[in-house]
Amino acid sequence: MSKEIWWASESFWRKNAIWITAGSFLVLIFLTFDTVSQITAGGKRVPGYSVINHRITYEFDESRNMQVPVIGVEEPLFGQKLTEEEAQALVTRGKLTTQAKNCMNCHTLLGNGAYYAPDLTKSWLDQSWGSKDIREQEMVDFLMNPQDRLHNGLGRRMPNLNITEEEARATIAFLKWMSSIDTNGFPANFVSIDQEN
Amino acid sequence: MAVIGKLDSSNLNGGQKLGLKYFSVAVVLFGAQVLFGLLAGLQFLYPDLLFGVLDFSVNRMVHINAMVVWLLFGFIGSSYWLLEDESGVPVVGLKLGNLGFWILTLAVVVVVLVYLLIQIGDGTHTSIWLINEGREYIEAPRWADIGIVVCVLVFFYNVAATFTKGRFTGVGGVLVLDLVALAGIYLAGMWFTPNISMDQHWWWWVIHLWVEATWEVLVGCLMAYGLMKTLGVRRKIVETWLYIEVALMFGSGILGLGHHYFWIGTPEYWFAIGGFFSALEPVPLVAMVVHAVFDAGHHKLKSTNHPALAWIIAQAFGNFFGAGVWGFMHTLPQINLYTHGTQWTASHGHFAFFGAYVTMVIAFFYIAVQKWRGNVYMSGNIAGGAWKWKWALALLHIGMLAMTMALLISGYEQSHIERAIGGSDWVAYFTAQAHPWFVQGMKWRQIGGWIFAAGFVLLVWDLLTIGKRETRPAQALVQID
Repeated sequence: MSKEIWWASESFWRKNAIWITAGSFLVLIFLTFDTVSQITAGGKRVPGYSVINHRITYEFDESRNMQVPVIGVEEPLFGQKLTEEEAQALVTRGKLTTQAKNCMNCHTLLGNGAYYAPDLTKSWLDQSWGSKDIREQEMVDFLMNPQDRLHNGLGRRMPNLNITEEEARATIAFLKWMSSIDTNGFPANFVSIDQEN
Repeated sequence: MAVIGKLDSSNLNGGQKLGLKYFSVAVVLFGAQVLFGLLAGLQFLYPDLLFGVLDFSVNRMVHINAMVVWLLFGFIGSSYWLLEDESGVPVVGLKLGNLGFWILTLAVVVVVLVYLLIQIGDGTHTSIWLINEGREYIEAPRWADIGIVVCVLVFFYNVAATFTKGRFTGVGGVLVLDLVALAGIYLAGMWFTPNISMDQHWWWWVIHLWVEATWEVLVGCLMAYGLMKTLGVRRKIVETWLYIEVALMFGSGILGLGHHYFWIGTPEYWFAIGGFFSALEPVPLVAMVVHAVFDAGHHKLKSTNHPALAWIIAQAFGNFFGAGVWGFMHTLPQINLYTHGTQWTASHGHFAFFGAYVTMVIAFFYIAVQKWRGNVYMSGNIAGGAWKWKWALALLHIGMLAMTMALLISGYEQSHIERAIGGSDWVAYFTAQAHPWFVQGMKWRQIGGWIFAAGFVLLVWDLLTIGKRETRPAQALVQID
């Protein structure tokens, strides 16, 4: 070990560590600018909040070879058409509710969270709500009083989280909006509730 | 002169005394993590258990938060522990550091009490500021976030100022730069947005860049110090390895962030970038295994602290398998589409956090206990027997491997039945959850949890008693060129 080999030397690797770290970080910063611009609400991948005024479906796209959300005919949530600002306020309230009620420590949202309860990414489109006509009311009722509604054979229930009707409606607005995000085909093979008239 | 074998804080320097305080709280929170993990696991088997009192969401939140915080306390404690040794001068601003410790500990106690007693709030900003932010791993309410940042800045000041005043070793330099990143990145998670894609994009900056980049580099520093302390490896060797690890770790880990950007609304180019760089993430972990095992062999396992060296070797392998192999198994988007958000993730999470971080902090607990007892002998044939630390190590590993494998089996079943066949809706989810293969996995996981808990109890007992009956001083380090 008396004669040092250049590629095993301390200074060679110290320089490498600095340059590689700095280089990777710069690339990340560059990509972050692009990503943030693409996921800002109102863009192509993440629609503006007033998308809740429309029907949202999840359909197979041949060219991308994956399912993608499709924004369809006008179909306002709770029959009430909102402006972009009103919709944003409602979704904001809904998002705050999902955080304050700690939804993410049982459910996953966009696949992130805990695994004790189903993923909520496409919960707005789930067939379990029965039919399109009763879906909104079913969701409100469920969110406000979930503790007595056994919906599986495991005995697993959702606790009562003191969700008010206003919070429930806002949460549903958030869930409807979330179902419109382009998640690159996640979840795969999902079969939506029938939304045709 | 202190008596060998007797716990005496006069054996420690200022930084080490403060480090010991951090370690004490870390052990308590480790216990809380195990306890609430057991409760959450039981609720998979008995859903009515504590329903409406301590729901799964609460137990799970305390389980993962206790983990993040106790590991952080372990890292901070370990850094204070090595600070005076490495820099050659007393800690600068030690009083402030002590104050930071008490504020941080008080904040943690208040946060946990609020989690347990208040649990949730109404859907307003007030709840997020005072009760619970509701974002996995960083649930701590905003007031606590600010407190954490202030305390971490105090810690950073202590470390940076001490190295600046004394000597800047390679370990010191890497540690200081790493702490800049550690504190800075936390800020990325401290704001609210209704846009969940944006939310999760920045949330991953905190979670991934902490856990898969800055924390890994931090344990690299601890590994370097640990090998010098227990084996007497030459500084030049460990520091060269440390630079290699930093280059590979940040080179793969920073852009490896992309493997969390497959499904949250972020663009498709992350498939290629995230897939490629995260697939490289195991490489630095191989380097750590080679490094630790080679050094241990080179020194013919003649260590001054057998339990600490055993945990360091456990770290090298645990990090490689838990973080590296288990992460690689489902990091490519083609597979991750079906495994993302299933028990696969839980399997990887358990094994990785244990293998990469818990092991290293426990190694430092043993290094600390040795010095606290007057640099007592802790090599082979220790008086009072070595069975406790060996069995604690064995039980913790058996328990963890049992949990990891059980969760993996449940995860395979879930990916197959719920995701691939069922199409991920609610019916598919519950069909998979009710499947015997899934339920079996949950049962075995629980058994693994009990074994792990037994290992934890034994570990605490051992940490309190090891070296107590020993009267010999620590074996001298043997320098080998």
